[in-house]
Amino acid sequence: MNAARAEAVGGGRGTRFLNWIDARFPFSKLMREHVTEYYASKNFNFWYVFGVLSMVVLVIQLVTGIFLTMSYKPSAAEAFASVEYIMRDVEWGWLIRYMHSTGASAFFIVVYLHMFRGMMYGSYKPPRELLWIIGMLIYVALMAEAFMGYLLPWGQMSYWGAQVIISLFGAVPVVGDALVEWIRGDYFISDITLNRFFALHVIAVPLALVMLVVVHIMALHETGSNNPDGIEIKQHKGPDGVPLDGVAFHPYHTSKDLVAIIVFLAAFSLVVFFAPEMGGFFLEHANFEPANALKTPELIAPVWYFTPFYAILRAVPSKGGGALLMALAIVFLFLLPWLDRCKVRSIRYRGWIFKFALGAFAISFVALGYLGLQKPTAGVELGSRIFTFVYFAFFIFMPIYTRLEKTKPVPERVVFDGGH
Amino acid sequence: MSEAGLNRRHLLTVATSVAGAVGVGFAAVPFLASWKPSARAQALGAPVEVDISKLDAGVMVRVKWRGKPVWILRRDAGMLEALPAVVSELSDPDSDKSEQPDYAKNATRSIRPEVLVVIGNCTHLGCAPIERFDVGAEDLGGDWPGGFFCPCHGSKFDLAGRVYAGVPAPTNLPIPPHRFIGDNLILIGDDTGVSA
Repeated sequence: MNAARAEAVGGGRGTRFLNWIDARFPFSKLMREHVTEYYASKNFNFWYVFGVLSMVVLVIQLVTGIFLTMSYKPSAAEAFASVEYIMRDVEWGWLIRYMHSTGASAFFIVVYLHMFRGMMYGSYKPPRELLWIIGMLIYVALMAEAFMGYLLPWGQMSYWGAQVIISLFGAVPVVGDALVEWIRGDYFISDITLNRFFALHVIAVPLALVMLVVVHIMALHETGSNNPDGIEIKQHKGPDGVPLDGVAFHPYHTSKDLVAIIVFLAAFSLVVFFAPEMGGFFLEHANFEPANALKTPELIAPVWYFTPFYAILRAVPSKGGGALLMALAIVFLFLLPWLDRCKVRSIRYRGWIFKFALGAFAISFVALGYLGLQKPTAGVELGSRIFTFVYFAFFIFMPIYTRLEKTKPVPERVVFDGGH
Repeated sequence: MSEAGLNRRHLLTVATSVAGAVGVGFAAVPFLASWKPSARAQALGAPVEVDISKLDAGVMVRVKWRGKPVWILRRDAGMLEALPAVVSELSDPDSDKSEQPDYAKNATRSIRPEVLVVIGNCTHLGCAPIERFDVGAEDLGGDWPGGFFCPCHGSKFDLAGRVYAGVPAPTNLPIPPHRFIGDNLILIGDDTGVSA
């Protein structure tokens, strides 16, 4: 009899519970808008998994990070030993730490691929400029997070890496030296610096990151996802108001993403279990020695994800100029939506000029990344200068060459396999 | 609402916002100021005393002052002769743009010609340069007269901490305030009573 009555008011016990929630919090509405009735193009390719993967890595970093703080000691006297304690004495501590250290590199791998996807398919173009800028803010926050996290193990590379990066602020005119002292909170990188970096790394920046990710997704769901053809699927809607070329995020895209997540986690596990140091790329050898303020390691190189910018810094034989160019390398990325004057979004229908330029940019980024890891010899310096020029030429000449481009006709509806 | 009423409302909104912003500005001061070196950090920056009686000619010791490496090098005759020889290759041979007390703004950048007291942090990005007293080192170009080399970004300094031209470091290595309080006793971080 109860069941019959429940039917009468619409549904079983589960439905009634949901109705109770929905009258108080827009749960079903949110699920519809952002999950079950969020329509994204049906021709997404492999490049479209890196957004979801960066969310997966964010969760890995948050969870492992919380557990690391339970055993880590943010003081100059104890930090290095507490990391060894985590590695040797805490049950499964090695796994949690290796997941966190591997997660840092994995984060940058998926984010760089995610950004490159955006550049290939013109995902920064109107109306997605803000989406791109919010994404860039996430990238900057991520760099700050990685930089401050790297000081925490208090090894030689932690110490001298922080020394170099904090000194960059000394290049600011007039207030530079005072600014450096203010950031360090001391006359050198000390316990005080370590303690505040810890606070920023575990509270301030992660909080900002999570909020920015929410804002990023809100902006994405407002404009709708771009697609490999770079066309608006909203222009062709069925009688039900659903884009003809769109499929619901859940269950269609989620099930595809699940495959990507499994492949990613398999690769991630391989690194965590068999090569957590990645031959010095993910965890640098010099960092297995405690910080020593009197002795700089023979070769200072940041972790691989910063080396392209580091090579740009080294390419300039002037402190202020190097720091400025390094900052500009990031600023130009922010300006991308306004530098690119081509109306066509996707690389599939753009001219050879852009394909060539984007290829040269990608090569220069990787080459700078390689050069930033090498000892500062004359050859490395020359190479860094050449590729720094290519990197900036991509942006500086963009308003010109994107206007000269001969584009191909863009299809009305999405195609598969690039239309072949 | 009348136009006068709207203007009044607009004025009040702006005034309230400005007052609020000023309040936030004042409230931010303690938080921003808390990042400055604390009283304890300042106290720990006290001067240090170094005994150089056991320091041989041509040899260098490192001591820590305010957490920075301070080098004390007792230059031998050959090293002192090398100083004027490299002047043409230096970026700031007279230390006009560099940081040092007046009493160390001279040809040897020191109080006593043979004893160099200098802060061993590269003026580029703060790495600690390495002492390379091996004259004619192959990796430094063969005609290397001896000096300091920064492994981070390749800056070179001579035996008075003066920077070579064409390297990333902008200025000479800074000389900390210091004075002799005995024949072989140096006080680093305090120079009361020393005149140029």
